[in-house]
Amino acid sequence: MQKITRDQLIEKAASLLANGTVSCVLGWQKGEFDYDITPAVFETEDELKANFVWNDFCGANFSKYLVSKTKKCEGKILVFLKPCDTYSFNQLLTEHRFDREKVYAVGIPCEGMADIAKVKAIAGDGISAIDCSGEKLAVTTIYEDAPVMIDAKDVLAERCVNCKSKKHVAYDELIGEDGDVIDSARFDEVAKIEAMTPDERFAFWQNELSRCIRCNACRDICPACTCEKCVFGNPNSSLENKSPANSFEEKMFHIIRAFHVAGRCTDCGECSRVCPQHIPLHLLNRKFIKDIDSFYGEYQAGAEVGSRAPLVNYTTDDLEPGEVFERGDN
Amino acid sequence: MQRIGVFVCWCGSNIAGTVDVQAVSDALAHEPGVVFSTNYQYMCSQAGQNMIKDAVAEHKLTGIVVCSCSPRMHEATFRKTAAAAGINPYMVEIANIREQCSWVHKDMQTGTEKAIILGKAAVAKVNLNTPLTPGESPVTKRALVIGGGIAGIQTALDIADAGFPVDIVEKKPTIGGKMAQLDKTFPTLDCAACILTPKMVDVAQNDKIRIFSYSEVTDVKGFVGNFDVTIKKHARYVKEDICTGCGACTEKCPMKKVPNEFNLGMDNRSAIYIPFAQAVPKVATIDPNYCNMLKNGKCGVCSKVCAAGAIDYTQKDEFIEEKYGAIVVATGFNPISMDKFDEFAYNQSKDVITSLEFERLTNAAGPTAGKLLRPSDLKHPHTIVFVQCVGSRCDACAEKGKEYCSKICCMYTAKHAMLTRDKYPDTEVYVFYIDVRTPGKNFDEFYRRAVEEYGVHYIKGMVGKVTPEGDKLKVQASDLLANKQLHIDADLVVLAAAIEPDKSARPLATMLTASMDTNDFFTEAHPKLRPVESPTAGVFLSGACQGPKDIPETVSQAGAAASKVIGLLAKDKLTGNPCVASSNELMCNGCSTCERVCPYGAITYENKEFRMPDRTTAIRRIAVVNPAVCQGCGCCTVACPSGAMDLRGFANSQIIAEVDAICK
Repeated sequence: MQKITRDQLIEKAASLLANGTVSCVLGWQKGEFDYDITPAVFETEDELKANFVWNDFCGANFSKYLVSKTKKCEGKILVFLKPCDTYSFNQLLTEHRFDREKVYAVGIPCEGMADIAKVKAIAGDGISAIDCSGEKLAVTTIYEDAPVMIDAKDVLAERCVNCKSKKHVAYDELIGEDGDVIDSARFDEVAKIEAMTPDERFAFWQNELSRCIRCNACRDICPACTCEKCVFGNPNSSLENKSPANSFEEKMFHIIRAFHVAGRCTDCGECSRVCPQHIPLHLLNRKFIKDIDSFYGEYQAGAEVGSRAPLVNYTTDDLEPGEVFERGDN
Repeated sequence: MQRIGVFVCWCGSNIAGTVDVQAVSDALAHEPGVVFSTNYQYMCSQAGQNMIKDAVAEHKLTGIVVCSCSPRMHEATFRKTAAAAGINPYMVEIANIREQCSWVHKDMQTGTEKAIILGKAAVAKVNLNTPLTPGESPVTKRALVIGGGIAGIQTALDIADAGFPVDIVEKKPTIGGKMAQLDKTFPTLDCAACILTPKMVDVAQNDKIRIFSYSEVTDVKGFVGNFDVTIKKHARYVKEDICTGCGACTEKCPMKKVPNEFNLGMDNRSAIYIPFAQAVPKVATIDPNYCNMLKNGKCGVCSKVCAAGAIDYTQKDEFIEEKYGAIVVATGFNPISMDKFDEFAYNQSKDVITSLEFERLTNAAGPTAGKLLRPSDLKHPHTIVFVQCVGSRCDACAEKGKEYCSKICCMYTAKHAMLTRDKYPDTEVYVFYIDVRTPGKNFDEFYRRAVEEYGVHYIKGMVGKVTPEGDKLKVQASDLLANKQLHIDADLVVLAAAIEPDKSARPLATMLTASMDTNDFFTEAHPKLRPVESPTAGVFLSGACQGPKDIPETVSQAGAAASKVIGLLAKDKLTGNPCVASSNELMCNGCSTCERVCPYGAITYENKEFRMPDRTTAIRRIAVVNPAVCQGCGCCTVACPSGAMDLRGFANSQIIAEVDAICK
């Protein structure tokens, strides 16, 4: 259960709409099911009251939506940002991807979001309704009359189990209290993969990435993937519609994408959240973050606006390629 | 589709000795786009070039691949050949089958194989080459010289002599620099002032030269031929154009206890001062840190005694903006601080001095009017110990000192020793050295005269410790040749302090995006072949800012820098290198990554209106490369996350085509 309520957020949004601070609101609304919450733009209090949703399935990071919405919305746009979303928000500002003046950012606390796959693993399929308002999640299925009661802690998404920060690094206004940056165990999973032999590791990724159906959901959701024209959609890039020549090239999409966002990825975990094939894509990015931290000193993309990522910065203390090589990968 | 001609050069036996040139030209004849392939003994010769021209005409070639030596050697030659034959010069590619192939292989078979692969890569690239035309930019015909020492003075005079206006910016109230503080100059022993001050007057009287003294450069924008420079003129509280330099104010100023920096603090000056008698411009300057009128509004004596009415206590710093075509850096050097060298007791005894202080002590205009007297008790010293390499040639790990040789110390120490013995034969002079380095015209003869004619005691070894005891300085040293310890009771110890670049050089380098080495000396574009140019186009180096130098070397470098500037300013338009970065505005996100990695400041951003596919207009931030500033290094193309940035002539697609050709 989230500490702040839907009513609090609607009240805040409605008052900002009423006093003219903002002209539209970027929020969540219910999708086909209770758990597939969809981002939406609201322009009136009535719309908010009818469709606005805030619960344990509001994982969507709105930062990326600002790139297109700020250009379309007349006046300022209100955006609700969970702590982890604020990092993407800053990173996009660093890259000049939207006009800060056109945004009114309200920071909201987050108790962690639920992973529907974990819920389904407990409650089974055929979920007809989920009520997040009580102490526990009440999951109703079409097969049972009584809802299954699930402790939210048992179904937290991986990125929330390993939450890196409850602190908002950007906002105009904060609802509730700000938290702290957390010394999480998020790199443990990377370390596990690092500990594999090269063959095991290749087999691991072969197994994961072979499930990819190239739906592009990870690219489309990624706040670091905001190119005007993606190389994979550019006829001049020699990569568009390229059929893989072998089973390794099949993986190039994800490897290229991981390099593309290296140093800019804030580890928001949206890629893994939206992947319909449940590929742990965030681990590729997290490996880069871990390496950057160990090679160049700790760096969190989006922690501040305008910071120079180590990969596009040069200092005389930089690691020599030879030292990286010697460090080796087993 | 291109029509490519391949020309394989034998380079006598340089290439043909290890590479089967016939096999190479045969193999490349079958590459896509190749319509003609041949080989010849010397492609770069007149006959070879004519062969290319004839082939262009006969086979209607659109592209040329020359398999020969390094492009650094003959790329320009073959580009000219292509232009003469009516093909765009940038349709020529060189496959380096000499330095990168025949010279590094012994086996004919592997050498030939590699030469063919290199040729294929070049053919693959030419297939994607497009004709390029260099851009042009105008040249502002005015030069800026930063620093008014002998380097800056000579550069300015030489540029002005060619008819171009020059501005000198000097941070001190007068030009002249370090040379003005020297007494005599080695190896001819003519007096520094006698040869420098006429040049200073020349500068002052030259109508092409403007002097901004007591000023500094605070901002530099633009690029070669078109620099926009902001100069901060510090308030000197004296109207420069009215002051006659009579000196009445300096005599009457009641505040006379200001350490005189011109004499390195060995005597005092007044709060309003003229640094020295031959100063240029010869105008007074009020030191705001000491002037009572400026500090608490009480005094005003100088204003009362100034007959010309030049004093203006309300003067403010002034900012001047000016355009320049070329910038010469002549920021010079300083001796390093002796604070870290406690073993020589520099901070404990007034009688341990640096060599520059010694210059002032022996200078007729110095604190002792040229008499060699010890600073502590103004007595004549009878035993003088000179210590060389103080802070020079230090261990890299040592916290203090510099790794490099300061180059001038051996000679000026020989000069000091010789002059002392000449004027005061009753004085014993010891010089402790690691090595005596005298490469220079008449330098070794000079040093030998000091030893042989003047009886200076040269001792190979370092001084370990100097301890002040009574009115003596106990010098402990080792004589490495005799392998024994020495104890000398000296009256005066002179330290040949290492020299380092002026502190203003580092921020200036940042402004100019000029590169520096780890010691803060400016780096030249090529250590042998382009010694007075900085790698940043339009920025030139003069004097000790580039490395330790003596006066003759500084003056030659100053003249060389001037000739480079004149060569630049003589042009009406600059032809750029067309192989520069350019951003595809349809793909650019405006994320600023390229701007951050650009070492030349060539990238700016603009907001541009775009017609979007849905028939709306959107304003997007996009990167714009200034082709006149871009040096084509390619940093931006690899940093660009969206692939919008590409290098003309070295496009990503071309490089990939080359790699593909090699890996096929």
